[in-house]
Parts: sequence; structure tokens; C-alpha cells
Amino acid sequence: MSDDLLNAQNDLARALVEARLLLPSGVPGLFGRGTVLEDVIERIDALVVRTAEGDGARAERWRFPPILPRALLEKSEYLSAMPQLAGSVHAFDGTVQDHQKLLARVHGGEDYGDLQKQTDVALVPAACYPVYPIVASDGPLREGGRLVDVFSYCFRHEPSPDPARLQSFRMHEYVRIAPDADDARAFRDGWIDRGLLLLRGLGLAAERAPANDPFFGRAGKLLAVNQRDQELKFELVCPITSAEKPTALASANYHQDHFGSLFGIKNADGTTAHTACVGFGVERVAIALFKTHGIDVAAWPVDVRARLWAP
Amino acid sequence: MNDTIRSILKEHGRLAVDVGAIADDADLYQAGMTSHASVNLMLALEGAFDVEFPDRMLRRRVFESISSIRAAIEELTGGA
Repeated sequence: MSDDLLNAQNDLARALVEARLLLPSGVPGLFGRGTVLEDVIERIDALVVRTAEGDGARAERWRFPPILPRALLEKSEYLSAMPQLAGSVHAFDGTVQDHQKLLARVHGGEDYGDLQKQTDVALVPAACYPVYPIVASDGPLREGGRLVDVFSYCFRHEPSPDPARLQSFRMHEYVRIAPDADDARAFRDGWIDRGLLLLRGLGLAAERAPANDPFFGRAGKLLAVNQRDQELKFELVCPITSAEKPTALASANYHQDHFGSLFGIKNADGTTAHTACVGFGVERVAIALFKTHGIDVAAWPVDVRARLWAP
Repeated sequence: MNDTIRSILKEHGRLAVDVGAIADDADLYQAGMTSHASVNLMLALEGAFDVEFPDRMLRRRVFESISSIRAAIEELTGGA
């Protein structure tokens, strides 16, 4: 990372912390949200929800905890694609003697991971993952498909000084379970346009860009090439701490029949459903707003305030 | 070599159809091979033929048919 970029990230983080927008924890990428930041996030989220009401089909509104069955994470192939970002939950599961060992290590500041055991749960990497097995278990996809609204804290193990790259952040997603490819692709494309309008309406210099997912290793290179060549996923990016490397505020992704096949989501005629999703990183949108319009919300442009604090 | 490729394909390609019924130049993606399956196929081919696909070969079209896979491996093994 260049010094300029690192300085820009540190400066922004310091400003957000000083204004009590971000409440620091001491761990990079892990913050609480202060009163004003949380208000802005709620307003952004309400705007996303209002924008989604343009969809004819009313979305089913499902809420899941920020942990999911580990088996689901494994089945979804997330660990093939981005194992470095995944988090699984471990807990102590030993004897009284093991406990003594554990405490000695804790007091000594040593690693005690080997005294813990991997549990059946893992941290949610993206809000939509818990949706697919539920939809599959409901049986053949109803005519016209389904639309599910999910909103969850997500975890990515990527500690960074960049206040726009949090380890734990909220993602509001709309997941389209479509009967066919055209429908799923149209959903994604429609959201690219609507998402850009939404972000630009807030005075953000948002642009559409091919997704740049950090797929792991050599296998990941092939996955990235596949994603780009097939134009599956797009990000809505906006400069926050760098004009050259703008930050993704939202993404719209056509999964083909990846989840449909993995989880056995079928149409009534036996063909496999296609899926797509759009996700907004609500903290990132808020931080982009503070970076663009300044730390003082009262001084933001009138039209931006009007849009967010609409009655 | 095609037989070896076919047996690896059978194990890792997760095709919707019988590998035996696939022509050498048939499109494997059309036959149901997903992106993730193509990655597993790539890694298994590297193991079986003791090669490493360079970055320039990490392309969708390199793995799109038995013939294209064979051509890539022949190039890497000097046509052996």
C-alpha cells in the first residue's frame, strides 16, 4: 500500500473517531457506531428499502443471525473461493486440567486456539447465504419466482486501517430466485441502474465497475477470470480514500445456477432456478457520504439531506 | 491422453451428462461444468500431468473442451 493511501485512510479514520461517528475498539476494522452515524445508516437503509419498492413482487422479509451453520458455509463453496475471509466459531471444550492450561495461556498472552474446538457455526460472509436452503426446502419454485429481503451483519477477515473496510458490517440484500437466466440477469441489471441513481442522488460519484473479488490463490485466478469474462458481478464504486482504487458501496451479482444447483432449487418443470442478488454495504455508503460532504451532517447539501431525511 | 483427461473430468467436472458421451470438442460449460468445478478440474489436471498452468492459461476457454485442455497440456509438456 502506498504511503499516500495509508495516510488518507488513517486521516479519515481519525476524523470519524474524533467526531464520535466511529467508536474504536482497538482492533483494526472493528468499530461501534455512534449516534449520528447510526442515524445516517438507518436513513440510507430506508432509502434502499424505498428504492426496492419499485419491484412489483413484494419481497419476503427474512432476518437471520450473523452466524450460520458451518455446513452451509462449506456447501456454498465459499471456502474454495475466499477461505482467507471466512470466520468460523471455536469454543473451549476440554477438561478441568485443560481449563487451567487455557487460563495460563490467556494470562501469558499466548495462543490458545488448540484448546478450543471448532463448533457447528460460522460467521455469515454475506447476508444471502441462509436464504438458499430455506427456499430449496419449500419445494418447487412458485411461478414468477421469489424475492427475499435480508439484512445482516457480515464478517470478513480482512483487518485494515481503512475505515471503509470493516471486519463486521451490515449488508442489506435483495435476493431474486428466478425461474430462468434472463429473469435473474434482468434483476441484476435493473439494480445496477437503480443503485447508481440512488448513490448519485446522494451526491456520490458512483460508477459501475466489474467486480474485483479477492479470490484466493491460483484457483481463485480462474474464478476471477470466469466472473469477469462472463460479466456476472458488478460493483457500484465510489472514491473514498483513493480515486484510483474506488471503494465498492454495493454490488449486483448474477450467480447463474450456482446456488440453484448446490441447494437443489427447482422450478415446477424440474429445471434449476437461477439466482441474483444486490447488496448495499450501508456503513460504506455512510462513510462515503461523510468523506464526500464532510463530517457535519447539518452542512450537507440540502438535496442530499432532503433525500435522506424524507418524511 | 484424452482418456486420462476424461477420467479426471468424470471425477471433477460434475457434468450433467455422461463423460463417455461427450465429444472431444464439445463445450464442457454447456454440459453443466460450473466455475467451481472447472477450478477443481484444473487442480486435478495439474496433479495428474505434473504441470502448472501459467497465468496466461487461467482462462475460461482453456478448460472449455477436452481438445482445448489437451492442447494446453501438450504445450506445457512439450507435446509429449
